[in-house]
Amino acid sequence: MTAIATTTEQLPAVQADQQTAGAGQYLTFVLAGEIYALGILNIKEIIDYGNVTEVPMMPTFVRGVINLRGSVVPVIDLAARFGKDSTQVAKRTGIVIVETNDDENNSLQYIGIIVDAVNEVVDISQQDIEPPPSFGTGIRPDFINGMAKRNDRFIILLNVNRVLSVNEMADLSKVTAGNLEHGSS
Amino acid sequence: MSFDKEMQEALVTFTVESAELLESMESGLMELENIENPEETINAIFRAAHTIKGSSGLFGLDHIVRFTHVVESLLDALRDGKLVVSSDLIAALLPCCDHLNSLIEDVANGNVKENPEVTESGNQLLQVLRPYLETPAAADTNVVEFQEKIESVETIAGNNIESGNWHLFLKFNENCLRDGMDPLAFIRYLTTLGEIVDVTTFSYTMPDAETMDPETSYLAFKVILKSDADKETIEGVFEFVRDGSYINILPLENRIPYYAELIMSLNEDSDQLGALLLKCGIITQRELEDGLKSQQVRADAQQPTLRLGEILVEQQVVQQPLVNAALEKQTQIKDNKARENQSIRVDAERLDKLIDLIGELVISGAGVNLRAPLSGDDILQELTGEVMRLIEEVRDSALQLRMVPIGTTFSRFQRVVRDVSKELGKDIELIISGSDTEVDKAVVEKISDPLMHLVRNSMDHGIENAELRQQRGKPARGTLRLNAYHISGSIVIEVSDDGGGLNRDRILEKAIERGMVSANANLSDQEVFALIFEPGFSTAQQVSNLSGRGVGMDVVKRNVTALRGSIEVTSQIGIGTTLRINLPLTLAIIDGFLVGVDQSTFVIPLDRVVECVELPVDVEHRDYMDLRSEVLPLIRLRPLFNISGVLPRRENVVVVDHGGNKTGFIVDHLLGEFQTVIKPLGKLFAHLQGVAGSTILGNGKVALILDVSTLIESIDRKNTALPRNLTHQST
Repeated sequence: MTAIATTTEQLPAVQADQQTAGAGQYLTFVLAGEIYALGILNIKEIIDYGNVTEVPMMPTFVRGVINLRGSVVPVIDLAARFGKDSTQVAKRTGIVIVETNDDENNSLQYIGIIVDAVNEVVDISQQDIEPPPSFGTGIRPDFINGMAKRNDRFIILLNVNRVLSVNEMADLSKVTAGNLEHGSS
Repeated sequence: MSFDKEMQEALVTFTVESAELLESMESGLMELENIENPEETINAIFRAAHTIKGSSGLFGLDHIVRFTHVVESLLDALRDGKLVVSSDLIAALLPCCDHLNSLIEDVANGNVKENPEVTESGNQLLQVLRPYLETPAAADTNVVEFQEKIESVETIAGNNIESGNWHLFLKFNENCLRDGMDPLAFIRYLTTLGEIVDVTTFSYTMPDAETMDPETSYLAFKVILKSDADKETIEGVFEFVRDGSYINILPLENRIPYYAELIMSLNEDSDQLGALLLKCGIITQRELEDGLKSQQVRADAQQPTLRLGEILVEQQVVQQPLVNAALEKQTQIKDNKARENQSIRVDAERLDKLIDLIGELVISGAGVNLRAPLSGDDILQELTGEVMRLIEEVRDSALQLRMVPIGTTFSRFQRVVRDVSKELGKDIELIISGSDTEVDKAVVEKISDPLMHLVRNSMDHGIENAELRQQRGKPARGTLRLNAYHISGSIVIEVSDDGGGLNRDRILEKAIERGMVSANANLSDQEVFALIFEPGFSTAQQVSNLSGRGVGMDVVKRNVTALRGSIEVTSQIGIGTTLRINLPLTLAIIDGFLVGVDQSTFVIPLDRVVECVELPVDVEHRDYMDLRSEVLPLIRLRPLFNISGVLPRRENVVVVDHGGNKTGFIVDHLLGEFQTVIKPLGKLFAHLQGVAGSTILGNGKVALILDVSTLIESIDRKNTALPRNLTHQST
């Protein structure tokens, strides 16, 4: 295989189901007062929030779709996905376009996530990373790859393939759609 | 044999191309029996075999060349009319196609070497062909009387004349001496063009001395000339004595390969035989005209027309091998031309990329179009309008690129029907219509397998055997139909048979037996027939190796649903069954009708829209209205899609057609027509019912396309779910 692919595989930040995250560059962002981080290699770009078309009959965490230069990309409200209140759109609200691996056919898929504010790209070294606690973070433990200590604060390193698992989210949508169809009767 | 990388790539092209050629050969063979004038088809089949042979030779795949050669010779005989098309012959040729296919697949899998086992089976196939090849060729009796007395021109080849290159046979006009022309003078004049290697004089027409007229020319000459002059020049020597003389100029036997090569190397784009021969200097303009004239004369006299090549040979102006070479060149040119017209192979990914880019171009263009009027520059506005028009044209043709006619998929079934009907011992005819219906290539590829199931199923279970058919007063020959057409922005593919039809009671009985429905459930015909698509359902009394194991129909349904399509059955007992697959034309452009609800915009396929009316004021809380004294059920999009916001002063109703029933959608605004490029929403939204996809509007926003059918159906189900549940529980 090509050299690029090999290096990508070796970088720990993009490892799908690794328990603890490795050292590397991370993009940090704020969401409902908490600081989260995603491996930089998963991120395609960051855009301003706007022009989101709502898709009806979907769970609240699916905010809608946007037009990303000709392709239609779903936008996920990460706070709602974590079971918190929906994100309120403010001046600094942005959409981070993330690449995820489709679980089945291994194809890349773009998904946008809504964040309150994007902070910075940071280097995190291995000794700063702690394994995720089993509770206390307020979100599902399997969403977390690790906790990184930085400037006396913990940053939650997200497991992007779990958080944005298309299969899981599609199943949840199915339930929502089913409720809508039969629930009222 | 080692192939370097380039060869490997070429080899891939070869295998792909050969597979296509084989496919066209096969469909050609299937057609042969049924068409009146098979010449063109035979030619096409021959060309395909010929091309495969040629390309195999290029790669040194000698075993393929050997095998194809025999097939080709047979086809050649067929082409020359030495053999007639018969169903036995076709039955013998079809397995050869299969064999070739497996040979080529072998090559595609990297086995360029010959496999003795495969060769053996190939030889067996060839054994079957052999009897056809041994049919004695019709003897060519068209020999000019004049020549019976002399040796055939073609066989004269002495040792001493090797060095010459032209063979002249001269029998001058009997009166030429009287006209003041001496044959010898002409022969002598030839030396100015080159060297006379050999002259033979024939005097057999010379009468006895008593009756001989000294002023008459009786002699004939054979001259071997070594000259660089072309035929035209040599012929020019005899310009004045041509009338009444027999002047024949031919290239020498040993020069034939040279000329044949010359013909093949010609870089000529005319596919006219005469033009090819003329270009090589093998025949002269006059000879060509004579030939064409005599062809015309024959045609006028209603005689069987000969081909130009045959006439030229008959007139002794050219030898058969050269005509053959020219014919081969002719086919080659024709092939090339045909291929140029046919297609260019393009990576599908590049096409998608192009379409994406054009989509972006459309959106940027729309942006420019919005800004242009603000500048107040008239010329700029005019130019922008022109650019927009062009962009739209580019988009339309780009989208067209992905569309292919479904005919290629259909014609593959000719073979299937033929084989399966033989296997089943039934006489079944396949009738194909709607082959030109275009559909996205991706859909065509994915629908092939489900169709195969349906076709086999119809043949096995649907169509009865001949005796039963006769008992029922139907023609012994069963009919299977494949049909396709566009309707409401989707493509419909129908598989219908004139067989026994579905037995409603037996299906129901079976379903109850398997516990799939309750015994006293009151089901419509539609619902009963739909049971055949349930997993593990089969009513066939006998399980054959074709179908009846209950595997298949549910797979068909799953495949169709995966394409966001639907399948329905209509059946009449004793008359037949029709399976109707309704598929969306993914990525196709549809004409959409834009409606607005608060800030959201939705697209309703225009062909579903019947009319638009204002919502009457008195319909406040009811979900139906009076449309010209018809009851029109209404669906309010605002609560359905959970959209808040202020109600406008007047709401509108879009009346849509759903399977013959009218339904009204209540929306806020009507925004007009819009050419819509469907963008799939992706897996995340796969379960979403009522939305067929999305599109990008001119302002860059995404709008959802409503799927009228599923939207209404899901609301239907919601309304009927309660009573249905009760019936189930009571059992």
